[in-house]
Order: sequence, then structure tokens, then C-alpha cells
Amino acid sequence: MAVKVNVEHVDFWYGDLHALKDLTFDVPEKSITALIGPSGCGKTTFLKLMNRMNDFIPGTRATGKLIYHDRNIISYDVDVVELRMKIGMVFQKPNPFPKSVYENVIYGPKRHGVKRKADLDLLVEKSLRQASLWDEAKDILNRSAMTLSGGQQQRLCIARCLAMEPDVLLMDEPTSALDPTSTQFIEDLLVRLKEDYTILIVTHNMQQAARISEKTAFFLLGEVIEFGDTREIFLNAKNPTTERYISGRFG
Amino acid sequence: MSRLAIGTPPEAGNGPAGEQPTRYGAPQNRFGNSVRLNQRRKTKNRIYQGILLTSTLFAIVMLALLLFQIVRSSIGWLDWKFLTSLPSRFPEKAGILSALAGSLWTIGLTAGIAIPIGIATALYLEEYSKEGTRLSRLIQINISNLAGVPSIVYGMLGLAVFVRGAGFGRSILSGALTLSLLILPVIIVTAQEALKSVPLSLKEASYALGVSKWQTITGVVLPFSMPGILTGAILAISRAMGEAAPLIIVGAAGYVAFLPKSPMDSYTVLPIQIFNWTSRPQEAFQHVASAGIVVLIVLLLTTNTIAILLRNKYQNRMD
Repeated sequence: MAVKVNVEHVDFWYGDLHALKDLTFDVPEKSITALIGPSGCGKTTFLKLMNRMNDFIPGTRATGKLIYHDRNIISYDVDVVELRMKIGMVFQKPNPFPKSVYENVIYGPKRHGVKRKADLDLLVEKSLRQASLWDEAKDILNRSAMTLSGGQQQRLCIARCLAMEPDVLLMDEPTSALDPTSTQFIEDLLVRLKEDYTILIVTHNMQQAARISEKTAFFLLGEVIEFGDTREIFLNAKNPTTERYISGRFG
Repeated sequence: MSRLAIGTPPEAGNGPAGEQPTRYGAPQNRFGNSVRLNQRRKTKNRIYQGILLTSTLFAIVMLALLLFQIVRSSIGWLDWKFLTSLPSRFPEKAGILSALAGSLWTIGLTAGIAIPIGIATALYLEEYSKEGTRLSRLIQINISNLAGVPSIVYGMLGLAVFVRGAGFGRSILSGALTLSLLILPVIIVTAQEALKSVPLSLKEASYALGVSKWQTITGVVLPFSMPGILTGAILAISRAMGEAAPLIIVGAAGYVAFLPKSPMDSYTVLPIQIFNWTSRPQEAFQHVASAGIVVLIVLLLTTNTIAILLRNKYQNRMD
């Protein structure tokens, strides 16, 4: 598998708090990489470093290299707006805009120069289809997104993200606020999406990581304790801590 | 069940409701709570309810009395002729047209100046300035303090800066600029509150789509906070509509027998016209003043209604 993002000796601080410590691993292209580990161990911090969403928190600092398309994401001369067009993000809690379903999907593209109604219509259909929401939403495109169910809202957020035609998808516990049926739906969706996208997913659900991901990174207290093939990690983890976490004995 | 329960409760369904002796000797009701404490709690509740109700009624009754008095006094004086006539030294001929026109001119101009500047300032403070820096804190404290400065002080400022300094004279423009200064702090503070209420998750969603700050502001932040911003702005405008003191200082006239045609004309406004009438010796002018007050109140209620309608309209759009 070709490598999409090289993570090389990445460190991150919130003020004095050393949140990420010397991370080094490679994220493979067109596959799902699961980030697992107890709460507060830096998974989301790492995810948000990938599209520089941590920039909004004052007093943060990062060193090391996050190489994406020959450029270091962490360096200050990267245009973060451009970066986020290529590296999309889906959040833990569905956060559709309080606008219509249609407006939600075209929010990004419209602001990047797609103006013709026909193009936008096509884009809406394509994105909603990709997110398996088209059949449910095609008749209520003008209804407010807030009237959708939680699972539909999350798929809308995925569609909104896909409409930007990104390269990498960052998912921060996308199913933790959803019921098992919606979770199943989104997992199937992710498995289909990895044909075209590189996906990083933070999850607290071990089965989910085992079911859908190719690679797994086990985070503990800001360090990556173990990184490797998901099958390998779940069947015979090299590190006893990893094994104990996966089998549910702590965390 | 309750930390006030004393002793063991009587068996459920066993024995009559009402007082029963306990091992501590205090009478207990059927739930095992002390009858005396229960009684006291109920009385206290009733007393506080009464106090709160009286306070509410005080304001409402006073307002009703005032309105009743004014409306009664204006009967027979408030008619179409009153609305369409210029002021006169004869009470029967006196009308409110020039004051009404002056008020609308002044308020329109004030709104046009104060609302954009106020929203722009709030946006800068909330979205662009770095929070916690000495400069932004200084600005913030000053804006809050300015909201508490008496209006007459703004009148003095307006006189020095706009009437004399900038040479606008005793014009509508000077008055509107002065009123703008007066209400800017209120508009800024309420707009800031509205901007703060925009959920971080929505802003994050927008930024994560590779959208710039300004696009996020126009796409998510402003639409979401508009109801709050507009409500604050219109309530501030209503306040400006009722102001007389600062305008007297910046030279609004008491008697204007023509209609203003441009922002540089001299003018009067409703509160000053009313004040002028009430200080006349003739008894009849008191009725004229009452009619003027009714006009002013109707105008205020209209703007407040507009505020509510606008808020609902934007809220519906966002839901």
C-alpha cells in the first residue's frame, strides 16, 4: 500500500501539557486507519493536527513532520484553508448547519466557486449518494437539516464533507452518538468509501476498529504504543498493554 | 424520602391519614414527614409567591394607570389633524407633524450609522481580536463603561465634537451622530452576546470544509446570531427614540414650524416637543402633550414589534 501521510517524530503541546510524544508511523493510502486508546490520550488531538483544527486553541505548539504530498502539514507556511479542502473532517456529534439539506451539502463548494445551479444539483446528488442518504433525502432537500434523525444528520455531515472532493477523511468517533443501526450503516459506508479515500477514524469501539480498519494505532498517554496491521494487533499484540486494552481489561 | 423525615414512617395503608405520634413525639403525616415543618414550608412558599406576584403587579398596574391617564387626557385631541399639523402657539391648532418627521429622520440616520458600526465592532472583538490581550481587554472594559455613561454627557460630547468641532451645526446629522454614540455600546455588547451564542461545533464544521474566516462569518456566524443582534439593535434604537436630554444640548429646537428636508436641517423630536408642550402655562397644552405621548408610545411599540417579527423571521430561517 502506498503511503498517504508520513508521521515523523511529531510532538504537540497544549501550553505546558505534552499531549503527543514522538509519534512516528505511516498512514496508508485508500484504507482505514483506526486510532484507539483510552480517553484523553491524544487521538483527537492527533486527528485535529492533521487538518490544523488545533490552531483555534490558543497556546498550542507542534514540532516534527506530518508529510502530506511532500509538504509538512505542521509548518506555518501551509495554507490551512487549502489544506482543509483536501483533508475533510467529520465530528463526533453530528453538526449540520441549521440550513436546508441542500444548502448543507453545497456549503463548501459554493464558497469555492461552484456557482451554476446544474453543477450544484449534480454535486448534491453525487455526494448524497456516496453517503447513502440520497434515497431518504431526495424528496426533502429543502427541509431543514435539523429535522433529520441523528444517523441521517451524521451521513449528511459526511456528504457535506465529500462534496469538497477531499483526499483524506478524518473521523472523530463518528458513530459514538448513534444507535447500532445507524452505526452499521455508517460502517458499511466507510468500507465503501475507502476505495477512493484515505480514512483515519478515532473510535472507542474495539469491534468497530477490528471490523473496518486495515491499520490500527494504539494511543496511550500521548504516545503510540503500538502501530500495525489491525488483524495482527487484535490477534497477537506485541505489547501486553495493548492486549489488555483491546480485551477490555482497562480503559 | 426526605431528609426532614423524623422517625420511622407509619406503615403504608395502615392507619388513618393525619397526625400520628412518633417516637420523637413530633406529629407526622402519612408520608412520615413532620407536620409542623411541612406546614411551615407551605406557608413560606405562599409568602414568597405573594411577594413576587406583588412585585410583578406593581409594574403592570403602574403602567396601566399611566396609560389610562394619558389616553383619557388625549381623547378629543388625538386626531388626523393633530398628526398632520405643524406646531402652533394655539393649542387647538397645534400638531405633531414636524416632531414626528424629525424623530423619524433622526432615528433612521442613527440606525444607519450605529447598527453597521456596532456589528462590525462586535465582530472584530469576538472573531478577530486575540482574546485576553491587553488591548482587547481595554476596549472591552471601556465599551462596558460607556454603556453606563449618562446620556447628557454624550450630549456634551456631541456638542463639542459634531456641532462645533466638525461644524455640522444644530442639524439632524449632529443629533443622529450623538445618539449613535449613545447607543453604540449597547448594540456592541448585545451583538457580542449574540455572537458568543453561536455554537463552536458549527464554526468548526465550517472551517473544516476549508472555508475562510470571513466566509464562515457570513455563512454561519451572522445568520445564526442575527436574531439576537437585531433584537439588541432595535431595542437600542427605541431607547434613542425616547431620548431628549442629549438632543437638547446638541441643539434640537423646541419649536419647528417646517419639515426637515435634509440631514443638515434643524429639527425637533417627539420627546422634546412633548416636553415643550408640558411646560406651557395653558391648561389645554397638557392635552396636546398627552396626545403627543400616545404617538410616541405607539411609535415605540411599533419598532419593538418589528424587532420581534424580524427575530422570528430569522429564527424560522435557521430552524
